[in-house]
Amino acid sequence: MSPLFLFLSFVALLSALGVVLAKNPVHSVLFLILTFFTLSGHYLLLNAQFLAAVNIIVYAGAIMVLFLFVIMFLNLNEDTEPHKPALAKFAAAIAGGSLLLILVAALRNVSPAGYDPTSFDSQIGMVDRLGMVLFKDYALPFELASILLLAAMVGSVMLGKRETGERNF
Amino acid sequence: MTLPALGWQGLVVLATFGISLLIATYCTYFERVWAAFFQDRVGPDRAGPFGLLQPLADAVKLFTKEEFFPAGANRALFIFGPCLAMVTALMSSAVIPFGNFLKFGDTIVHLQGIEINVGMLYVFGVVALGVYGIMIGGWASNNKFSLLGAIRAASQNISYELAMGLALIAVLMMSGTLSLREITLQQSVAGEWHFWNIVRQPLGFVIFLVCAFAETNRTPFDLPECETELIGGYHTEYSSMKMGLYLFAEYVNVFVATAVMSVLYFGGFNYPFQYEFLDFLTTKTGLSADWAHNIFVLMGVVAMFTKIFIGIFFFMWVRWTLPRFRYDQLMRLGWTILIPLAIFNILLTGGLITFGVIK
Repeated sequence: MSPLFLFLSFVALLSALGVVLAKNPVHSVLFLILTFFTLSGHYLLLNAQFLAAVNIIVYAGAIMVLFLFVIMFLNLNEDTEPHKPALAKFAAAIAGGSLLLILVAALRNVSPAGYDPTSFDSQIGMVDRLGMVLFKDYALPFELASILLLAAMVGSVMLGKRETGERNF
Repeated sequence: MTLPALGWQGLVVLATFGISLLIATYCTYFERVWAAFFQDRVGPDRAGPFGLLQPLADAVKLFTKEEFFPAGANRALFIFGPCLAMVTALMSSAVIPFGNFLKFGDTIVHLQGIEINVGMLYVFGVVALGVYGIMIGGWASNNKFSLLGAIRAASQNISYELAMGLALIAVLMMSGTLSLREITLQQSVAGEWHFWNIVRQPLGFVIFLVCAFAETNRTPFDLPECETELIGGYHTEYSSMKMGLYLFAEYVNVFVATAVMSVLYFGGFNYPFQYEFLDFLTTKTGLSADWAHNIFVLMGVVAMFTKIFIGIFFFMWVRWTLPRFRYDQLMRLGWTILIPLAIFNILLTGGLITFGVIK
């Protein structure tokens, strides 16, 4: 395990804990952005440049901005945050704990296969290679997903459009 | 002179950093010079010859002003906001190719901070992060005008990023690569007649230009700091050098935006008749092959910066000419005009490529 991997994992775990433990929702969102950055760092270590860049653009750059936007609008902070009932906290702890148990049990006996340096393809995560796979082997699912996203975009424009006769201000 | 290759590349990174800051510094001066010109005033002329030391005087003023923290502000994030704005602004110039490579015997120095396979996505990602500086600063000020500015910045950036990305896709369809260096080199190949991308993507360029204005929060899209409605928007509560960092980050963003535009649409470091010029240097002047190549490349750097300066002038020209948009007009322009136009542009480009009109 390289020191870089250890460092990234350390920051990732720490910031992920910060997301859950921070009292202020804005701080939680900022910790989540930091988590996405460390995940992108992991993608880079795995030689997946395209995935790393897209992760930053889509999650850190767009979705988290919307999260922050909504939180700022609602003016959530420590004072106004409602306290969850003890039963909900208990149930959440049980659910999260059992998920952890299953993950640990599933991954306990896995030994990484490693790779063969002689036959390793250094271009494997690059954007042109990814494009070849997506457009040759998975063309139909890819196109369906893109139509779904386009439909969502057109729908948002339609919802935002002013009705006839509506006032400007 | 036995610096290893990495050392030379490190110097290029430092030079890029320095040049970004220097250009941003003098943008503040030229902004006022051009404002004065367009409004028939004299402009800055007190500090030094032609007022050239004005940026220095401004820096002294900003550093010596009182550092003010509003009551109820989130102190840590209040400081973090302008820092983040500056960091994200400076990060994107790392991947921009300001020139081809210089040759000194066996040493090759690329005039680009770092060449990565997904250069365009890197710039796009860093630009997408730029809005956090404004959002965090505006929120941490604990002021409703700042908060409104921050929210405007967020929604404006998200809306225009979409159209900008779609305009980019048309360029990428033609180039087939995300590397900024490759895109530049494709716009001029020795022995072939090549147009810059602006000729093949006029509609895409217009969309990209409008979005670049919105992404850098420049007039006519400077709604986040709209002083007639929001006092100063997200930086209402800022004073001293923290305010200075916000203003500075805006100029660095303008510099990066024009640099990206010149790479994508105006051929980057290519200039007209460059291969004839190289031919002239190698055959007529008796220079060694290396030096002929180096002079040819340095002329390319000059061409790149000429394009950048013309772009920056255009940004200033627009600022002092056009009035500000109203907020609902801004949103309508982004969602109902620019995005459909960009999608149409993609379809058009795809059709033209399929029928072999452009490649």
